[in-house]
Amino acid sequence: MSVRTVKGFAKGLALAAAFVLPAFAATSSGPAPGFQLSGRGGKAIDLSQFKGQVVMINFWATWCGPCRQEMPLLEDIYKKYKPMGFTLVGVNVEPDAKGAEAWLSKQKPVSFPIAFDTDSKVSKMYKVAGMPSTVFVDRKGNIRIMHKGYKPGDENIYLTQIRSMLKE
Amino acid sequence: MSNNPRTGLLRFVITCLAFAGAAGFVVDASAGVLPEDRADLLYFRYEGGGVTISGPSMLVQKSIGEHVSLSANYYIDMVSSASVDVETSASPYEDERTQSSLSASFLLGKSTYSVGYVNSDESDYQAKTLIMGVSHDMFGDLTTISFGYKEGKNDVFRNVKIDDVKVNDPAFEEHMESKGYTVGISQIITKNLLLSGQFEVVTDEGFLRSPYRSVRFFIDPFSQGRQDEIYPNTRSSNAGSIRAKYFLPWRAAVDGMYRFYTDTWGVIGHTGELGYVHPLDLPHFGGQWIFETRVRYYTQTAADFYQDIFPRADFSNFMARDKELATYNAITAGLTATYEFKIERFPWLSKGSLNLRYDYMTVNYDNFRDARFSLGRFGELPDEPLAPGTEPLYKLNANIFQFYISAFF
Amino acid sequence: MFIRGLFVLSLAVLSVGCSSIEPWVKPYDRENLADPIMAFTRAPISQDFLDHVFESREGSRGATGGSGGGCGCN
Repeated sequence: MSVRTVKGFAKGLALAAAFVLPAFAATSSGPAPGFQLSGRGGKAIDLSQFKGQVVMINFWATWCGPCRQEMPLLEDIYKKYKPMGFTLVGVNVEPDAKGAEAWLSKQKPVSFPIAFDTDSKVSKMYKVAGMPSTVFVDRKGNIRIMHKGYKPGDENIYLTQIRSMLKE
Repeated sequence: MSNNPRTGLLRFVITCLAFAGAAGFVVDASAGVLPEDRADLLYFRYEGGGVTISGPSMLVQKSIGEHVSLSANYYIDMVSSASVDVETSASPYEDERTQSSLSASFLLGKSTYSVGYVNSDESDYQAKTLIMGVSHDMFGDLTTISFGYKEGKNDVFRNVKIDDVKVNDPAFEEHMESKGYTVGISQIITKNLLLSGQFEVVTDEGFLRSPYRSVRFFIDPFSQGRQDEIYPNTRSSNAGSIRAKYFLPWRAAVDGMYRFYTDTWGVIGHTGELGYVHPLDLPHFGGQWIFETRVRYYTQTAADFYQDIFPRADFSNFMARDKELATYNAITAGLTATYEFKIERFPWLSKGSLNLRYDYMTVNYDNFRDARFSLGRFGELPDEPLAPGTEPLYKLNANIFQFYISAFF
Repeated sequence: MFIRGLFVLSLAVLSVGCSSIEPWVKPYDRENLADPIMAFTRAPISQDFLDHVFESREGSRGATGGSGGGCGCN
C-alpha cells in the first residue's frame, strides 16, 4: 500500500467521522410539551387528560409507508396494555384532517385516540425529525425516549420501553 | 491505474463515501429506502427510417429482508432493417438482440450500495457490462449524493452471407472496452421542488466503428467511390445534466431537463426536455387515470472527422459517415395514458397499472444526404441519379409505441 | 493534487458546518414530494427503452439518470 493510498484512506475516515458523529442526535428529554388538538368526530384531545398514564405519542401520515405498516401493530399494543394504565395517541401531521379521517375509516378500525395536527404546531414542539416518530412519555409527564422511523421488529423496542415504564 | 486526474479524483471520493457508508452502518443512525417491489412487462415497437424494432421487456424488482433488493431484466429487440445506410450498401437484414441484466442493492445505514451485470447478445455484437454504485442520504435526507462506475467489454463481429446463410466472418473479430464514472446529487429545495444534477465521464478504447459502414468520396464531380471508415481508437466524453420537478397545487407535476455533451471527437450535443403529468379521476372510465406529455429537443454538431462526402480518397487520417455523428436536430413528442387499478381478490397486489405511450420523433440532418438519390436502393440505380453531394438532406420520422403493465407489491 | 485538497477542505467545512444545518423541509412536510407523480422516472422499464432508442442514434451518451425526493420515511 502506497503512502498516497494510506493518506487517502485516512482522509476518507476523517470525513466519515464528520458525517457520522452528528447522527448521534440528542434524545429529547424533559417535560412533554402540552397540546390541545381536535380528534376524530371533532372531539378535543388534550395531553394533560392522560397524566398518570404511560403515553406513547406516534406522529404519522397517510402518505408515509412505514406509518401505515405499523398502525395495526400499534392497535394491538394499545388493546393489550390499555388496562394497565397505558395509552397511545396517534398525531396525524397532514393539513387535510378530513382526508386523513376518511382514509382511517377505510382501514381496519383503530381504537386509540387520533389527533389532527393540521398546522404542524405540535410536530414542531416535539422537534419531529423523521416519519414516523414515536415519543414515550412516563406517568409524570416527562419524555423518556424518541424513536425515529419504523422497521419491522421495532415493535419489540416499543414493548420493552412500555413494560419498563409501566412498572414505575 | 488511471492517470486521468478526473477519474483519480472520483475514485478518491468514492472511497470517502464507502467509509462514511460503512461507518453509518455500524452506527445505524437512520436508513434510506430500498427500491420498491414491482414487476413490469413492456411491449414496444419502433418504426421509422426503414427500420422496425419491436419486442418485449420484463423487469422484476423484489426486496429480501430489510437490507437487500434484487432486480432482473430480460429484453429482446427484434430488428428488421432497411435503413438508408443499408439500402445504399447492402441488403435488408433481420436480427435479434437479447439483453439480460441482474442487479442487487444493499441498504446499510444511510447508504445504498448497488452492483449489476448486463449481458447483450446479437449475431454480430456481444457486450458485457459491470455496474457499481453507491448513494448516500444526508442533511436530514434532503440531499442524496451518488457515485457510479461502469465497465464494459464488447466483442465485435461482422456478418457475411455464405450460400445465402448469414454467418460471422471467421476472419473478423474486434474488441472494445468502455469505462464510465458518474457523480450525482439530488436536492430537495422546497416542499414542492426537487432538483437533481449529474456528471458523467466515459472513455472508450478499441474498435469503435461499424464493420459495415463506408465513407464516400469524390472521384470526379459526377462519380463517387467508397472506402472503409477509419475511426480513432479512443473516445472520451463528458456529459452534465440538470433536472427539476415541481409539484403544482392542483396535484400535477411539471419537470424540465437540460444536458450538455462534449467529447474528444468534437461532437457537441444539447438535450432539453419538458414534461407534464396530470392525474385525473374519471369515475365513468373506471377511476384513476394519469396522463403525461413530454417534449424532447436534441441538437448536435458533427464529429471533427465526419463528412457526408470527402473531397477525395484517403482524405484524412480519420473519416466517418455515420449519421449518428452528423450535425442534426431532432424533436420527439409523446403522450402516456395510465390506468391504475386495485384487485380486491389479490391483497398482495398494492396497485396495478396499464400504460400506453406513443412518441413521434422527427430528425433533420444538416450534413447527411440521402444517398439513395445517387446510389439507388440495394444496388439498383435510380432512373435519373443525382450527382453526388447534390442529394437532398436526409430526414427521418419515427413512430414509437409502448404498452406496459406494472404491478406493485 | 490541488483539486483534491480543495475538495477535502470544502467537504470538511460542509460536514462540520452543515451538521448543524436544520433540514428546512421538515419530514412532516414531505407529503407532495412523496407523491408517486413526483418521481423523476415513474416507469424505469419504459424510460430505459427510450434512453436506449436515443443513445443508439445520437452521438451523446451519459448523464441521463436522476433520483431522490421521496417520502423521507425511516
